[in-house]
Amino acid sequence: MTPSPATTRVLSLAGFLGLWWAGALLADKPALLPGPAAVLGFAWRATLSGAMPRNIAFTGLRVAAAFTISMLIGAAVGYLAGRSPHADMLIDPWLVILLNLPVLVVVVLCYIWVGLNDVAAVVAVALVKIPTVAVTVREGARALDPGFDELAAVYRVPLGPSVRRIIVPQLAPYLAAAGRSGLSITWKIVLIVELLGRPNGVGFALDELFQTFNVAGILAYGLSFAALMLLVEGALLRPWEERANAWRR
Amino acid sequence: MPGDDELIVQVAGKAYAAARGGRHEVLRDLAFTGRRGEILAVLGPSGTGKTTLLRIILGLDRAFEGRVTLPRGHLGVMFQEPRLLPWLSVADNLRLTAGTAAAEIPGLLAQLGLAGTETQYPRGLSLGMARRVALVRALLGRPAMLVLDEPFASLDPKAGGDMARLLVRAARRDAALVVLATHDLDQALGVADRLLMLGDRPARLVADWPNRPAAARTDSSATHDMRQNLLTRFPFLRADVAPEVAP
Repeated sequence: MTPSPATTRVLSLAGFLGLWWAGALLADKPALLPGPAAVLGFAWRATLSGAMPRNIAFTGLRVAAAFTISMLIGAAVGYLAGRSPHADMLIDPWLVILLNLPVLVVVVLCYIWVGLNDVAAVVAVALVKIPTVAVTVREGARALDPGFDELAAVYRVPLGPSVRRIIVPQLAPYLAAAGRSGLSITWKIVLIVELLGRPNGVGFALDELFQTFNVAGILAYGLSFAALMLLVEGALLRPWEERANAWRR
Repeated sequence: MPGDDELIVQVAGKAYAAARGGRHEVLRDLAFTGRRGEILAVLGPSGTGKTTLLRIILGLDRAFEGRVTLPRGHLGVMFQEPRLLPWLSVADNLRLTAGTAAAEIPGLLAQLGLAGTETQYPRGLSLGMARRVALVRALLGRPAMLVLDEPFASLDPKAGGDMARLLVRAARRDAALVVLATHDLDQALGVADRLLMLGDRPARLVADWPNRPAAARTDSSATHDMRQNLLTRFPFLRADVAPEVAP
């Protein structure tokens, strides 16, 4: 009998925890590789003190802001580049430069030019993410069915319904791909940005924990935020994707 | 005002880029007019340029020499393939282009035997059903002009007959000008007031033939005589003529 997908996931997670627990037991060096119980204990104490929820909230807000900005601008730029060869000729060199610029360079420059503040942090993350969203959506825009454009033209479908009902559904798989990869990359970049120049957030906390060599704390923060991002993906992105693809079933 | 109720088509030339450079001319010196209330069948062998002509009339292909004037009012269009948005239900597909005519949807669906399909996605429909939905979309809002590309293709005789009757009725009731492309002489004889014969390469208008649609006749032998006469005069039609289909 094949187990259900949920059971398989739970078993896989239990396997990971078991392996970790066994590894920690065998290593017998709690300072270097603490077991799940020690990490959970740290997370519990940090939650009760309010430090962990506060830091996660700061990081979450930065991720949300950078993710929203990069999806909106990246999708618009990608759509324009995919639809107009002239626009693509203008935009493509910019995308190539931004895609090849090291993340650290972007972050440091933003802090220097804008200042050590949240605007610089969000702009830096958005600048890193926008080109990847744009490139993904550009492929989707190139693949749009010209027959549906003709349909909208001869029936004079207004712009709003045309975007909502004709264009976005065709771009949905590309937007979903950009969104899912975007979320996972965005939060990792936000941690670097926080580590380099913010007085709060998970990245800042990780920096402090690194200074005191607190591996349990580093694992507690890292795993807690990863779990939160997985929850966001499972609760928001995946259901949206499933709804957008309902007609395929 | 001249042109308000009239379709004027003047195509001096239409060419596509050829694979090995140069131009491949498809249409040349083609001119005709049509008035609201008329049903014009553009007839010719497959690949003769009928769809290109319809695209020019619709304004979807502007790279041609000549000009096209359409009658005032909105257009109803049926492309060669149904062109339904697969992520929208039948009803949502129709509402997207219906404007203020959404109230007509249930009635028209019922007339074409499509009642109960409103909530279905297009992938659940047969090709014939999808084509009928496309005709419903074209008829919504009582258009001044209908442009239909092979409207009866993929339909069984009964569905084709229902569609032809609905089309003729709608055209007469709303005084709509209908331009339909077909390679099937019998279908054209069934519904059209005029047969516009495209022939030669590049295609030109070789005849503008008046016809009394079979739907309006009581004498079926007249259709047979007309058919034989046309096949004799325009042998290029012969290869594409389908078996007799009751309109």
